[in-house]
Amino acid sequence: MSPSAMLEPVSRNSLPDEAGHFGPYGGMYVPETLMAPLYELSAAYEEARKDPTFQEELAHHLRSFAGRPTHLYFAERLTEFCGGAKIYLKREDMLHTGAHKINNAIGQALLAKRMGKRRIIAETGAGQHGIATAAVCARFGFECVIYMGAEDMRRQALNVFRMRLSGAEVRGVEAGQKTLKEAINEAMRDWVTNVRKTHYVLGSALGSHPYPRMVRDFHAIIGKETKAQILEAENRLPDEMIACVGGGSNAIGFFFEFLEDDEVRLTGVEAGGRGITDGEHAARFDGGKLGVLQGCKTWILQNEEGQIDLTHSVSAGLDYAAVGPEHAFYKDRGRIEYGHASDAEALEAFAKLCEVEGIVPALESAHGLAYAMKRAREMSPDSILCVNLSGRGDKDAQEVARLREGTTN
Amino acid sequence: MNDEDRIGKLFQQTKAEKRAAFIGYVCAGDPDFETSLSICRALVDNGVDLLELGVPFSDPLADGLTNQLAAQRALSAGCRREDVFRLVREIRAFSNLPIVLYTYYNLVFSPGVSTYVEQAREAGVDGLLTLDLPPEEAGELLEASKRHGMKNVFIVAPTTPADRIKLIADAASGFLYYVSREGVTGERADLAKDMADRLDAIRAESDLPLVVGFGISSSEQAGQVATMADGVVVGSALVNCITPLLGQRDDIPAVIGAKAAELLDGIRSVAES
Repeated sequence: MSPSAMLEPVSRNSLPDEAGHFGPYGGMYVPETLMAPLYELSAAYEEARKDPTFQEELAHHLRSFAGRPTHLYFAERLTEFCGGAKIYLKREDMLHTGAHKINNAIGQALLAKRMGKRRIIAETGAGQHGIATAAVCARFGFECVIYMGAEDMRRQALNVFRMRLSGAEVRGVEAGQKTLKEAINEAMRDWVTNVRKTHYVLGSALGSHPYPRMVRDFHAIIGKETKAQILEAENRLPDEMIACVGGGSNAIGFFFEFLEDDEVRLTGVEAGGRGITDGEHAARFDGGKLGVLQGCKTWILQNEEGQIDLTHSVSAGLDYAAVGPEHAFYKDRGRIEYGHASDAEALEAFAKLCEVEGIVPALESAHGLAYAMKRAREMSPDSILCVNLSGRGDKDAQEVARLREGTTN
Repeated sequence: MNDEDRIGKLFQQTKAEKRAAFIGYVCAGDPDFETSLSICRALVDNGVDLLELGVPFSDPLADGLTNQLAAQRALSAGCRREDVFRLVREIRAFSNLPIVLYTYYNLVFSPGVSTYVEQAREAGVDGLLTLDLPPEEAGELLEASKRHGMKNVFIVAPTTPADRIKLIADAASGFLYYVSREGVTGERADLAKDMADRLDAIRAESDLPLVVGFGISSSEQAGQVATMADGVVVGSALVNCITPLLGQRDDIPAVIGAKAAELLDGIRSVAES
């Protein structure tokens, strides 16, 4: 079905429905043991969301602990280098712990506190969500267990150490491909086993209801700030906004405020890896099909039997077989477009931003940046492009150095 | 014949004989197709009344390590959807016992729900237990199952509140499955203490046979559960017999058969007492 002109307009706040559906996507696909706890979480979140005290407390911690608001930075030399649209960077990389993930970690920790759960578990891919969760747990005095694929632990050794410094126990997951997907499986197993005293801080806009909605809401502040800031700087909305999409939390948070501003083009960038062939990428909209994985119905990279495919990306945070259900919904409607950037393009953008702006982006964010640099060249100098720089690249420096040695040898 | 209600007949029979049914779980295709078939035969020969066949999935998030490894072995040995159905057909050549597939929804959804149900039923499958599919999302599967005479087993968990039991019972057919402990599959040293109360609460909402599983590993435990439930499910304790014998696969069926016989003794001992 093509993005049809027949579609009724949809209010961004009307989704998901009460059972967590974004049209045909989302829902609750979990073992029975988790159903009651998920309803409990959903009810607690609904209550908290409407409670001004909760919102004030959240705003306070986002300001004083996380460092919000983040700047919207005009990347003058990158703009000159590309020779097209003016490029603005939303500096989520400047947040405490180094990425947007802290927005959601603080929100969910406050919710856990409200629910009386003092044991926190989380999965992590690149380690950014693990670090954010570990820091927030240290801040609130919670017990913290982080599940991380063994391959990701190798790629992100520094982040493992940082989580441990904050008192978190990091448990390596050796199953399957040893990356984010396996870490989520293991975190869900822990949750099923310890559900009465444990809150699972899922780190992306994925999984069963209410997570995709809740995580989106906690990140929606990125887009809200961006809108105010670009109006302040340029007195108009941008022509295009670009963000990388793994599970899709930074992207949906960046886009959400703009979903009904039809003049703003919204583009999500998936990991093109080494090319769009089986097992070599993580571009779910370019080779995936509809299925159910880890709690929700969405686009998934899988084989003809329904077994989940291997994925590859140079960035651990994008190396995942499924995409958040809300992205699938807006993809069908044509409201958000999706492209991909390869490993090589991301590494090139990573290097260029360091070189001309003195900013080291996370490899995840470098995918959005790579795509944005291409787009900027096609756009006129009076147009405006905003890129969500979702995280900083300190964690990737070692891996980039290793890859560079590999190519010069 | 597709309309045969093997599950219903089994529980009528066990009720008449005043005993609990013995339900054995193994993963289809583990460690390879031929050994898996021999394992199933050994289970049938040693008193298993209903066979629960795990369908290997790449991401079995409700399973403990034992069953994860079993699924991985089956997948590495090349077990595909058609092999699972072929296994069922080959079992049908020597047994008419009820067979339930223990599976994950993506495997059912992938070829099309109706197609999957039809093919499974044709192969001789009597019921599906889809671990990550709560009644709330099961509309399409229930509709297709009704058309093809497939039963749908649902789980009731210790965390399931009273007002949810009816929702689950209304969606379920064949039997209900109570998981005796929160957590993933796997052997446990002790069984949950409040089980009898929970089983009473479920029976208040449903007339379906009620079986208990997750963590039953000894004949004593099996006997204990058999006094309260209509069926006793044993999984990991059987699958664990496979791991140490991967280098001598011909021995696996006999060892699993002996383990099944031991568990059956536990179940039968309470029936006679």
